[in-house]
Amino acid sequence: MATVGSGKFERSTSLLQDALAGRRLPRWGVGAVGLTSLLAAYLLNVLTVVDGVAGTFLVAVLLFVIGQTGWSFTVEGRRHAVDRLATTTVYAAFLIAVTPLVAVLGTVLVKGFPVFSAQFFTTSMRNVSPRSEGGGLYHALIGTLEQVGLAALIGVPIGVLAAVYLVEYAPEAKSRRLSSAISFFVDVMTGVPSVVIGLFIYTAFILTLGLPRSGFAASLALAILMLPVIVRTTEEMLRLVPRDLRESSLALGIPRWKTILKVVLPTALGGIITGAMLSIARVAGETAPLLLTTFLSQSINSNPFKGPQAALPTFIWDQFTSGTDASRARAWGGALTLIVLIMILYAGAKVIARLTGAKKS
Amino acid sequence: MSSTRELPATPAPTASSGIKGKSVRRGDTVFRGLSRIAGIAILLTMSLIALFLVWRSIPSFTVNTANFFTTSEWFPDQTPPVFGIAALAFGTLMTSIIAMILAVPVGIGVALFISHYAHRRMSAILAFSTDLLAAVPSIIFGMWGLEFLTPHMQGLGQWLNDYLGFIPIFRNDLGQYSKSIFIAGVVLAIMILPTISALSREVFTQVPRGNIEASLALGATRWEMVRQAIFPFAKPGMISAAMLGLGRALGETIAVALILSASNSINWHFTEPGGNTFAANIALRWNEAGSTGLSALIASGLVLFIITLVVNVVARGIISRHAEFRGGN
Amino acid sequence: MAKRIDVADLDIYYGSFKAVENVTLAVEPRSVTAFIGPSGCGKSSVLRTLNRLHEVIPGAYITGKVLLDGEDIYSADVDPVNVRRTIGMVFQRPNPFPTMTIRENVTAGLTLDGARRSKAELEQVVEKSLRGANLWDEVKDRLDRPGAGLSGGQQQRLCIARAIAVEPQVLLMDEPCSALDPISTLAIEDLIEQLKLNFTIVIVTHNMQQAARVSETTAFFNLPAIGQPGRLVEIAPTEQIFSNPGEQATEDYISGRFG
Repeated sequence: MATVGSGKFERSTSLLQDALAGRRLPRWGVGAVGLTSLLAAYLLNVLTVVDGVAGTFLVAVLLFVIGQTGWSFTVEGRRHAVDRLATTTVYAAFLIAVTPLVAVLGTVLVKGFPVFSAQFFTTSMRNVSPRSEGGGLYHALIGTLEQVGLAALIGVPIGVLAAVYLVEYAPEAKSRRLSSAISFFVDVMTGVPSVVIGLFIYTAFILTLGLPRSGFAASLALAILMLPVIVRTTEEMLRLVPRDLRESSLALGIPRWKTILKVVLPTALGGIITGAMLSIARVAGETAPLLLTTFLSQSINSNPFKGPQAALPTFIWDQFTSGTDASRARAWGGALTLIVLIMILYAGAKVIARLTGAKKS
Repeated sequence: MSSTRELPATPAPTASSGIKGKSVRRGDTVFRGLSRIAGIAILLTMSLIALFLVWRSIPSFTVNTANFFTTSEWFPDQTPPVFGIAALAFGTLMTSIIAMILAVPVGIGVALFISHYAHRRMSAILAFSTDLLAAVPSIIFGMWGLEFLTPHMQGLGQWLNDYLGFIPIFRNDLGQYSKSIFIAGVVLAIMILPTISALSREVFTQVPRGNIEASLALGATRWEMVRQAIFPFAKPGMISAAMLGLGRALGETIAVALILSASNSINWHFTEPGGNTFAANIALRWNEAGSTGLSALIASGLVLFIITLVVNVVARGIISRHAEFRGGN
Repeated sequence: MAKRIDVADLDIYYGSFKAVENVTLAVEPRSVTAFIGPSGCGKSSVLRTLNRLHEVIPGAYITGKVLLDGEDIYSADVDPVNVRRTIGMVFQRPNPFPTMTIRENVTAGLTLDGARRSKAELEQVVEKSLRGANLWDEVKDRLDRPGAGLSGGQQQRLCIARAIAVEPQVLLMDEPCSALDPISTLAIEDLIEQLKLNFTIVIVTHNMQQAARVSETTAFFNLPAIGQPGRLVEIAPTEQIFSNPGEQATEDYISGRFG
């Protein structure tokens, strides 16, 4: 009796399993379709129906999509076929996006690295003609560091203070009009093209105030470009500081401004520094505003307030548009230097974010 | 309620309590004032940008002998000056449209991949690598577009001409495929991809778990869940992500300046060399411009400023309306 | 160094919303007064008006009087910063300043008020306050470690040390044990027992046993109905509140019939 009963039970579970599992493609199905498609595409390549690596790969992907969707449609039904097609598309989108990243970084590395030498980092382009090899970007490196540093000196305090206003003071203001206007225009400012900011500095400071084109003028443009990023990240960080912390500081009889300066800002400091470094990284490669506000220069000038001063982006622009083999090679060297600089800033920002994040827990 | 309880007789205030004092502190006033000024400085900067661009572009308007909006030529320093933004507007629009067509679906796909398809640990790495793409300076994209992408696009351009040449935008009568609006559009697409994917990713991850689980609990496949739960919720965010990407494409300067050959003509054959944009035109003609030339370039910059402003305001408007709506729930 | 507090006809508003209505009560010096009542009845709001912390929330204000030894703390010539220096506060969740060491946390109220103090003087304050908070023996060897590294109960005692370091007259405690485990809670209750020798203490608590254990006087707040302002139902010696309350609502709450 008992065995018959259990047999019945087994049969019904297997039926239930069938119902739950439905008819699905086997686990190895996707891999098999993929391999077959690759093989088929390779065969077509050998038979010279298609040519080129990219073309062959494209045909393989196409065959894979058709094969998988078709098989799935017949076995699993329409809904699952559509789901599989969507999954493939999403994966493909991702591959499409990663390809240029790899290609760009790869190109910069391959073309830029051969130029690297001690001389490249320690000399300027003084007395080096575009056609001849040699020379370096020392002057541009100095210019970029000074201009970006100055920009941070101007942009970070203003950005942090504006964020303090938005988070700490605006909520208690009688009217929210000012703060919502600031908030809105910070967002809009993110979208103003850098070339327009360059035009603004040119019209306001060079045409109207009569200041010369200089590294400092470039810093002003870069500072404006940094502002929205700094305001937004600082704002976000300040909002993460618990209200309890502010209140317990106030409850100790610590005045408001000292509460903000000594308790709230230090608590958010890690995030604020991270934001500042990201914004610096963002503007370090800006070329257009520099073209409008500085003169190209081949020599070392460590005074950003006087005379033409080079910077990495304008160095790259100048060398690349000079158009000789030697100058283009130098441009790629400059590009690699610039990317390394930006990556250092990025990595630094991530490290700081992680360190300060760990301290809190 | 024991409100009948009388206020007890209290001792006379003692002078020693020490709670009296000026409640307005100089430190508070100064710090509040400074932070307010910083906020106002941002508003001031935005209005000054508009003011100076308008003011400094007026001289070129007064001397221009051609219609500013319908003329393609750009000879502001000639006597009499003849210049207009028709070709610039055309080039800017077309490169941006190409960029959008390519980047919006891929960007949304990438965002979906990172937020709902990839493994959790994997997705952090992927998010970081798309951020890296955003950190690459535009001049490097320009150089890459010219030296790496252009030779690789030759085949595709030829193929388009051979098989789709009956459509004007794919036709190429010159047999030359470099320095084209098409290539500029592709490079722009790569450049705005991180903007679109980062913002869409943000809204995708904000979709309430409940919505997703409800859909899955009804037996939806993953794709059906995406269509039922994620897209409807994230639609405004996706639209504004696309518009912010558009804003960036419209104003992109150096990459386009390197790739295009800067000819101020309207040419519908997108794979042929030619075309120019507002931003690229400014960068390319800046150092050769005379005083009217500078003023004319500033005028074109003003137009660009207004266009990007409108695009950004609309995009932000969509986001904030959506945020308010969500806040009401 | 303890002062009495008298509250008269106090109404509390958040913008146009009236949160608490018509509170009149007295807090005796050197004793513990407990505020009990269901969630949302306004007991924490009343507590926060006693050191003018209520008003840091945008739009919040009060009408009525709060007297500290007969002096109106809401009078125009009173500095709220000085009020808060005189009336300290401990919060629901332990919240030592995350960027500061244990030592810096204790002296924060002294070093950030602008007055210069000698190192020796500060050392003294650190030891005295930490001893006062029953924490000295546990942390004396690691005063320069971050305050956030302590256990929850230790953190809360650090917050108490931080509050008493500025030598207030009154100590307000807003559910100081609700985020702590039972053993840490006992430690805090022992501490309250000692602190009341020197301070006037007002404690908000959800825990009626706690009110019965630590307080001399208990005030029961209630919410007549949703959307209406909270009210003070009665204030009386704790013994009486828990054995023979004057109001039906109090008895219902005490005996667990609601809330």
